[in-house]
Amino acid sequence: MNRSRREAAARQIMEASSPRVPPGLYADALRRGVRARRRRTAARRLAWGLLWAVVVASAVWALTVRPWVEPPSETTPPVPGWTGW
Amino acid sequence: MRERRASLRALRNREFEAFVAGASGRLLHTATLLTAEPPDDNPRACRLLSLALAHTYAYWDRARGEDPYVRARAHLATRFAREAWHRHGGGPRRSRGPAAGVLGGLSPQERLVLVLRLYEGVAEEQTAALLGLPTERVGALCDRAVATLLRPAPDRSRPVAGPRTAAP
Repeated sequence: MNRSRREAAARQIMEASSPRVPPGLYADALRRGVRARRRRTAARRLAWGLLWAVVVASAVWALTVRPWVEPPSETTPPVPGWTGW
Repeated sequence: MRERRASLRALRNREFEAFVAGASGRLLHTATLLTAEPPDDNPRACRLLSLALAHTYAYWDRARGEDPYVRARAHLATRFAREAWHRHGGGPRRSRGPAAGVLGGLSPQERLVLVLRLYEGVAEEQTAALLGLPTERVGALCDRAVATLLRPAPDRSRPVAGPRTAAP
């Protein structure tokens, strides 16, 4: 037997007997699907909420601490009246 | 807003119901071939199909341009591959227990490739990409599966329904 005839024979064997779809399949799939969808929505909301909280917290911290301002020196005393060499 | 959401959900449920009515017969046949269960007693295949359909429902809106049948079939196949891997401890061993289905004499991986390639008519490259195998390996697995299916080993004592009649 050549390849295509062998494959056709295998196909025929596989197509021989078809199972019957159980009546509760749609309801079951819908129930599981709705639950999965709800879980996904909740997870997405939680992730966005966390992101929002992190953004707000870092903004508040930056505005109160102002890390970009140079801190006053603690070791060198200020020299008044210095005009250079 | 609430009304709009409710009408969207109703539309989605209608579309999904139509899809299930049209596709579940063929998908259940595919699942039953994969699990090598007899057609009238296939709890594993029903469970696989139910999970695949639920996944399709969960991602219904996102897959606007895609064929939901292809999605459901891909999910079915990958879930079966994962379960078979865990159940049989990996490796291409023969399935244990009394496999009464038509493809009972094949390993889970051989069944997967055979069903996707020949029953579902998925191209070799796409099958390889879906299962994460090299294309040559898919071809070799398919050839071996066809050979085993058409020429069952004579020492196997359990009754084989289909293949005997089709053997040359």
